Amino acid sequence: MPASLVTVAYLIAGVLFILSLGGLSTQESARRGNVFGIIGMLMAVSVTTLSGRIGNFPVLAATVLVGGSIGATLAARVQMTSMPQLVAVLHSFVGAAAVLVGFATYLDPRAQLTGVEASIHEVEIFVGVLVGAVTFSGSLVAFGKLQGFIGSRPLLLRGRHWANLLMLLGAVYLGTRFVGAPGEGAVMDLGIMTAVAGILGVHLVMAIGGADMPVVVSMLNSYSGWAAAAAGFMLGNDLLIITGALVGSSGAILSYIMCRAMNRSIVSVIFGGFGASEGSAPVKKTGDAAPVGQTVSVTAAETAALLRASKNVIIVPGYGMAVAQAQHPLYEAAKLLRDHGTRVRFAVHPVAGRLPGHMNVLLAEARVPYDIVFEMEEINEDFPETDTVLIIGANDIVNPGALDDPSSPIFGMPVLEVWKAKISVVMKRSMASGYAGVDNPLFYKEGTRMLFGDAKKNVDAILAELHKSFGAAGTDAPGDAGGGSSAARAAAQL
Amino acid sequence: MPPMRLGIPKEVRPGERRVAGTPDTVGRLIKLGFEVRIESGAGLAASFRDSDYQGAGATIASDARTLWSESDVVLKVQPPEANAQLGVHEADLLRQGATLISFVWPARNKELLDRLAARGATVLAMDQIPRISRAQKFDALSSMANIAGYRAIIEAANCYGRFFTGQITAAGKVPPAKVFVIGAGVAGLAAIGAARGLGGVVRAFDTRPAVREQVQSMGAEFVELLFQEDGDGAGGYAKEMSKEYIAAEMKLIGEQAKDADIMVSTALIPGKAAPVLITQEVVESMRPGSVIVDMAAEAGGNCAVTHPGEIFVHRDVTVIGYVDLPSRMAPTASQLYGTNLCHLLTDMGGGANWHVDLNDAVVRGALVLHDGKLTWPPPKIIEPSPEKKPAAPVAAVPRPAVTVTAPKAAPAAAKTSSGVRSALALLGATGALVALGLVAPKEFLSHLTVFILACFVGWQVVWKVTAALHTPLMSVTNAISGIILIGGMLQISGPVSSPVTILGGAAVLLATINVAGGFLVTQRMLRMFRR
Repeated sequence: MPASLVTVAYLIAGVLFILSLGGLSTQESARRGNVFGIIGMLMAVSVTTLSGRIGNFPVLAATVLVGGSIGATLAARVQMTSMPQLVAVLHSFVGAAAVLVGFATYLDPRAQLTGVEASIHEVEIFVGVLVGAVTFSGSLVAFGKLQGFIGSRPLLLRGRHWANLLMLLGAVYLGTRFVGAPGEGAVMDLGIMTAVAGILGVHLVMAIGGADMPVVVSMLNSYSGWAAAAAGFMLGNDLLIITGALVGSSGAILSYIMCRAMNRSIVSVIFGGFGASEGSAPVKKTGDAAPVGQTVSVTAAETAALLRASKNVIIVPGYGMAVAQAQHPLYEAAKLLRDHGTRVRFAVHPVAGRLPGHMNVLLAEARVPYDIVFEMEEINEDFPETDTVLIIGANDIVNPGALDDPSSPIFGMPVLEVWKAKISVVMKRSMASGYAGVDNPLFYKEGTRMLFGDAKKNVDAILAELHKSFGAAGTDAPGDAGGGSSAARAAAQL
Repeated sequence: MPPMRLGIPKEVRPGERRVAGTPDTVGRLIKLGFEVRIESGAGLAASFRDSDYQGAGATIASDARTLWSESDVVLKVQPPEANAQLGVHEADLLRQGATLISFVWPARNKELLDRLAARGATVLAMDQIPRISRAQKFDALSSMANIAGYRAIIEAANCYGRFFTGQITAAGKVPPAKVFVIGAGVAGLAAIGAARGLGGVVRAFDTRPAVREQVQSMGAEFVELLFQEDGDGAGGYAKEMSKEYIAAEMKLIGEQAKDADIMVSTALIPGKAAPVLITQEVVESMRPGSVIVDMAAEAGGNCAVTHPGEIFVHRDVTVIGYVDLPSRMAPTASQLYGTNLCHLLTDMGGGANWHVDLNDAVVRGALVLHDGKLTWPPPKIIEPSPEKKPAAPVAAVPRPAVTVTAPKAAPAAAKTSSGVRSALALLGATGALVALGLVAPKEFLSHLTVFILACFVGWQVVWKVTAALHTPLMSVTNAISGIILIGGMLQISGPVSSPVTILGGAAVLLATINVAGGFLVTQRMLRMFRR
């Protein structure tokens, strides 16, 4: 296949990738977008295969088959609650691939460049391997933290910022030795640099607390993009550059959105622990400023009665819902209420869950229609007109301290203002504080009721109660003028 | 230690239908570790049978005397009084050194306190629970006021010969009832809610401007008195106002009365007779058939012609002076009162860990006798009026000023510095590009062009992605960053054993996992999103 045709095919693939990201702007066009992406990828791969620059087809076929089936199995098997882990581990693969491609390119005997071109090529290899190694090891640690293999507490070594700087300088120094140097020694330098970058990646992510995980995952998403772009530079391949740049900016935007949603500066998240060092002090504080007070607890039956009496209900899901797998009965309860004329909506905070948009996916999995799922900005003003808010497995994202307590570590973070509703029912396992380790004054507010226990069990109980009460209303008083739906049903029978 | 024995006697005051525990609250008390005994027939007037209590785990005492004498803690609604049937005062039935929890009203029941002191009793007065935010779940006055406010409207509706809600029927138009509520405390707000619920047009007045929002949140109009004086007193009550103010207030009430069909007055000042706000002339100025509910009747009444405890018709205006509004809703009132008691008993350690903690502000406030010693009035707790009333589901008070000013100042400062910074960054980037242009080969620069343009395209496209699809965005970027697969492919042209081919093959393998996994999981996720 002529080289110019390959270039044109790459161009089309690049455009298809852009369209695939563009498709995600609405739910309606999203699936089409994904198909564009798949077509683009198939096109790029087949054109490359036929370009005449590949000699070893059996190896290619074997690796693609094995990799493809592993990927397909992962995609089919993964639980929606484990999406963050999957995303993290896929990032690490891109990082690893970038490192491998970097080494292979350097060792490839075909490339014979001289002068500035050679130097630039070596710099490209160096950058690609560096970014790839950081992405690889960092993503593995992120995966470990999300999966629970590694504790979610930030590892804060003394002088860690200096250590990071030292490692980076060390890598750069090895880079200067590597560029322009011939033979065995240079490979050695590249290898050591890869190891140093790997340690740097581990250390960077270890220092980041569990609450910042959404930012970390999107940062690593960005890094994986830059790694691909760097590989594109070393191979002189524009498609890789375009794709890498797309992915890199996508991850950067997501990180920025997440940071803004937590009122954290991106620098403090990337380098880890900046927020935690100030944040850890007030956590232990139980003195004067800590909210003291009594909580009022309710039972699932009482919650069901509250919900039944409400016209306007907002449900605020958090990661706890995902952990308890309570989204299915939750939506069933919501559906029941909706069928009986209650306005039920879901409010999703940008950092609810462990991945940007994670809650939306979980709710979608439970078949919640996406037009009753709202973002924080869309719904925050509606709380004063809401009768009952059901908070399930969320804590920090509904903490009023973020708005009115300057000593709170999460002060300034935009939160869902659930306390403005008439009643808010907080479903919680116990009185333990959230991921950020901050006490929540919401629990002591007058309008707050606590429903303790396993979220799944409680939601099941609420659902059962609702079934009972609606069922009773439907059969006992079909002509009841007060119940609009039962009256309607009676009318339908006539 | 044997378990604490709780006793709930039948109320002896004529007309009192409430009882200090319902089968539900008794069940909760038993869970707290108490042994509960209830006088036979105690809950009958509130529609609770003995068998219901037995079902909840209580034992039934056949007569009052045994119940009182065998209880460590007696729970009651009304203050102890003479039991006409037995011919003995209830206070004298209390076991020596036992505890009594009920309404006590110590200020007007000195003689009762002496009697109880003689028994060496420990007495907690539910009417003396301090009105601080923490104590809201014990606050029986609020629970009762809530019920009373609701019932006031129901009683008014009963006496009022017209609809509350306006109607346009084939037989003509019916105007809505106009309801005017004086005093927007717990009772007033509950009355507003009930009247609104029936469809009336409600106005309300209160000397405390702070409650305006609460009134409005209940759907009523707040009637403004143009006079500079804040009536906010301690503990959620209004304080007594100056003469001039009262004159202006009376004038306003006089004007509203002419327009109102139903007036509900709830004005109480702690420890004093209720202020007379509705004079005889005002009553006479109202339309025939109008109804006044005087919820302050027990303290003398806000209306000059109120007959406490009765319905009295004065010149065609019905004045309801019932003093037992909560008791008229006995099942609910008993349930709420019983729950208040449960909370208090939980706070005091339950059955297993029972103690009178003098450092607990709530217990200390309610404690009027401790082992027979007078502990009333308690030392003052300084607490300004609570932010809002417990029974009133109202909008939150404005946040402290700190939050409003602090974030405002910060972004302004940040904006200038970020402006400077972005200008510097732009300058630096341009400089770097120029320098690169001097040394770098042409091919590199063309790649760089593609790279930078792609960054901008990505930036534009990704901002448009809806937040709900951020997870699919991440997985699809995962998939397309697997394009590095091509990089690996280009390296596997050599023999299988060469290091370059091995490295390239490994890269292809990993990248394919990404491509396949990313696209397929995205597809799986997107299929779940449905309208």
